[in-house]
Amino acid sequence: MELYNYTITEIQDKLKSNEISVTDVTKSVLKRIEKSDSKVKAYIEVTGEKALQAAKEIDDEIHSEKKLSPLAGIPMAIKDNMCIDGIKTTCGSKILENFVSPYNATVIEKLNAQKAILLGKLNMDEFAMGSSTENSAFFKTCNPWDLKKVPGGSSGGSAASVASDEAFFALGSDTGGSIRQPASFCGVVGLKPTYGRVSRYGLVAYASSLDQIGPITKSVEDAAIVLETIAGQDPFDSTSANIPVDNYRKNLKEGIKGLKVGIPKEYFPDELNPQVKDVVMKAAADLESMGALVEECSLPHTEHALTAYYIIAPAEASSNLARFDGVRYGYRTPVADDLLTMYRKTRQEGFGTEVKRRIIMGTYVLSSGYYDAYYLRALKVRTLVKNDLNKAFQKYDCLLTPTSPTVAFNLGEKINDPLSMYLADLFTIPANMAGIPAISVPCGFSNGLPVGLQLMGKPFDESTILKAAYAYEQNNSWYKSKPSIED
Amino acid sequence: MRINKKEVEHVALLARLQLSKAEADNYTEQLNSILGWVEKLNQLDISEVEPTSHVLPMSNVFREDKVTTSFGIEKVLANAPDSKENFFRVPKIV
Amino acid sequence: MYETVIGLEVHVELKTKSKIFCGCSTEFGAKANTQVCPVCLGMPGVLPVLNKKVVEYAVLAGVSLNCKIAGYSKLDRKNYFYPDLPKAYQISQYDLPLCQDGYLEIETENTVKRIGITRIHIEEDASKLTHEGDTISQSETTLVDFNRGGVPLIEIVSEPDLRSPEEAVEYLANLKAILQYIDISDCKMEEGSLRCDGNISIRLRGSEDYGTRSEIKNINSFKTLQKALEYEIERQKNLLNAGERIIQETRTWDDGRGITLPLRSKEEAHDYRYFPEPDLVSIKVDNKWLDRIKLSLPELPEAKRARFIETFGLPVYDAEVLTKDKGLAQYFEEGLKTYNNPKKLSNWIMADFLRLLNVEQMPVSKSLVKPEQMAELLNMIEKGIISGKIAKDVFENMFKTGKDPYEIVKEQGLGQISDENKLKEIIDKVIVNNPKSVEDYFAGKEKALGYMVGQIMKETKGQANPQLVNTILKSSLKIN
Repeated sequence: MELYNYTITEIQDKLKSNEISVTDVTKSVLKRIEKSDSKVKAYIEVTGEKALQAAKEIDDEIHSEKKLSPLAGIPMAIKDNMCIDGIKTTCGSKILENFVSPYNATVIEKLNAQKAILLGKLNMDEFAMGSSTENSAFFKTCNPWDLKKVPGGSSGGSAASVASDEAFFALGSDTGGSIRQPASFCGVVGLKPTYGRVSRYGLVAYASSLDQIGPITKSVEDAAIVLETIAGQDPFDSTSANIPVDNYRKNLKEGIKGLKVGIPKEYFPDELNPQVKDVVMKAAADLESMGALVEECSLPHTEHALTAYYIIAPAEASSNLARFDGVRYGYRTPVADDLLTMYRKTRQEGFGTEVKRRIIMGTYVLSSGYYDAYYLRALKVRTLVKNDLNKAFQKYDCLLTPTSPTVAFNLGEKINDPLSMYLADLFTIPANMAGIPAISVPCGFSNGLPVGLQLMGKPFDESTILKAAYAYEQNNSWYKSKPSIED
Repeated sequence: MRINKKEVEHVALLARLQLSKAEADNYTEQLNSILGWVEKLNQLDISEVEPTSHVLPMSNVFREDKVTTSFGIEKVLANAPDSKENFFRVPKIV
Repeated sequence: MYETVIGLEVHVELKTKSKIFCGCSTEFGAKANTQVCPVCLGMPGVLPVLNKKVVEYAVLAGVSLNCKIAGYSKLDRKNYFYPDLPKAYQISQYDLPLCQDGYLEIETENTVKRIGITRIHIEEDASKLTHEGDTISQSETTLVDFNRGGVPLIEIVSEPDLRSPEEAVEYLANLKAILQYIDISDCKMEEGSLRCDGNISIRLRGSEDYGTRSEIKNINSFKTLQKALEYEIERQKNLLNAGERIIQETRTWDDGRGITLPLRSKEEAHDYRYFPEPDLVSIKVDNKWLDRIKLSLPELPEAKRARFIETFGLPVYDAEVLTKDKGLAQYFEEGLKTYNNPKKLSNWIMADFLRLLNVEQMPVSKSLVKPEQMAELLNMIEKGIISGKIAKDVFENMFKTGKDPYEIVKEQGLGQISDENKLKEIIDKVIVNNPKSVEDYFAGKEKALGYMVGQIMKETKGQANPQLVNTILKSSLKIN
């Protein structure tokens, strides 16, 4: 075992017992990045020097004070749509290729306060729009389990880096599944918290009413630790909730006896890959064997959630991305005699194909004459989706589904068929639409590629899905499997 | 045809994009299929349903009327594509 | 034959210390881009947080204008591209504004007329653009200063109830007075903290339908409001009389040429694509909060006017002049604390004080003369220490220097001469030196008396007590 192979909890133990230093850990993972990232290509920027310097500073401190904050000295990487003061934040886009953020996102402030070590910024689908990370303007990230496959998206870099031990944890963002789906494709844990659980200040907005930041980790316990750090109300985010942060780590070991688990039948359509179905049903049986009460249920508006999402998200995005106009920061087209030309050429040259597609879609559904037919209608469908889940949660403590209808597909396979790419989000989108928490944990393999199990919970009840995920994880050993990164 | 090329071009102007001819064609085709797919929603009876624009039932989140330190001018202009003295500069508005 | 229909849209900058969605200062006149932060610069990843005072000020405005205050209200995005708009959308209120259905009363000829107020809503101000170069130059560019971006505004929309430019000016003046009274804005049109756009159309008298209206922008004073509306009425009348149609458009007032011109649209057919602002939550004004805000409402101009008339016995005209400006009304009431003749104080303020303030274009607050000093001066007249005429000169000095009247009178030896013996001496001298006038006086020419009084005043540099002069002169003449 190399140091970079361990989990956060394992490294914490070793640091506490002075077996190793933070510099040891950091050096180990930086070497790992050097070796494997030429193949995986998860990182847009590696801040190696800063990381080593930070590591040294913590090592000096550790000798004087024994009490360490939970994430002190733990090397992490951040999806490149979260602002870090003094470092480039590109969002995987040409239009922000050289943008150096002048401030820290709130989650970064929190992680800095705990002295976690920043390894670098991770590749993503441009402005978080995509399900494969192929929409990055810079390069494609590869799935560590099979370099010819996609890592998922839009937090592909985050999932791939953790899966290949190039970081102990990563932060991703999830608007329609962008943490959970790549986590499932890469065989790692990905958690989307309840909407409002984690501050969005400093997260470059895609769809404001759906976005959430969350951890991608090697184990469920690691995810609980990171969540405890980044959660909490923020005066800079009016939509962050004034609800106390649970002791997620402590609550993990409660066990799941009597836990009522619903399995919505709409998540097992005929088109579902039979091997995926098989693996997920085995996981359900496993939970049952540990004392959970598992039963079929129904969420009738599941497929409508997907459709409504592809109205609401582009609409909000078209407005959120309007600020990228070449005036105050970011790319500006080099030759333009007048303002209108400057705007149009800047945005045309700066944005990629998928982003432009969604901007046009979003602008259209908000435009005069179409607002009621599309946007307003979608907001009403959202209510129906929420009501479905509220009803289900009156009976069940959590819901169990596959994270994705398929395992990782080939690079280049769906990139020219946007609609087929959108359909991949079928199982993850409802959680965003309703604002509820959801986690993906590895639950097996299909054709050698990881399959993810999704657990969805009640608003602000991350503890329940975490403990269910933990119980399942510990009763199996999927988390011990590591990809061997070779062509 | 739910949306024709002219409409796509109009929307592109609203969004300050400048599509190439090929792009306009492609987007028109793709948007038509997306909009066709999206129209499945018309089958639902939503006449009595309230829209959800915020998933959290919060209200009255405010800040106090206090002045906090503004950014220094170097940081403000650090990413500016073009500036003059203290100002951001843009091409003329025709 | 034609009736004019006018509605006004007034934007008011609120005098909060910080901006509407961030903590940057709102102070006027700072160096460009020194009162900005990531939020009001629209940087990636930032979020707005609503300034509570903005809501309170807006509700206060609504209450003072007799509006219904919404129990539930929200913010919306108004999307368009312009360099003065950092996020490329303005956070405003679309369909659920904070205040609706209010009114403001104005005086027209002999009656009091109610002008409906459709709505009041909150929104953020845009930034400032300065165009470089002249129109022909190739290197023409635009400079942007984001200091003003994010300053809180309320927009007050009137019903199209105004029927003449005079009514419109009266409406705006009354509105300004009320807003100053509740102290939510400086309301300075010169500084842009009060802005007015006019919507105007004409129709055949007796018609129920509205004619096509034009929107007039770039009105930056009460005078230009009047002129622009008058011009526009004529323009529309001429068009209709010539059998032509009026186009619904936005026009700008060109002060230099005294005409309105069609404004080139910033953006073809505005499609603002309004939708609810997802980054901000709803505003709920419950009865408790509303009551607290209502309690903080100060005495409004109308009530103050009535009180001035009743309690101080002032004529309507005086009360109106004094209460038009809150500062002036306060000044008046301060003065009354140490001087107890309201009418005389009112006269003095309206005649001498306002005249000087006007000449200097000075607001009451900047006056060097404090109300206690004015009261002191008037008391001195009352006590006969100086004459009314001299007092006017003393006041001019006070206005320039801010010195106390006693000081000035002492320095310049302007005290009224009331020493009867001294006066008799001077009067006798004048009588002796003006035999012709004496003759004329006895011949019945009253004017001759005035002439002699004038001579006496000249001798005494105007300081002779006029009543005593009159008495002593007449008696001296009789003796003669």
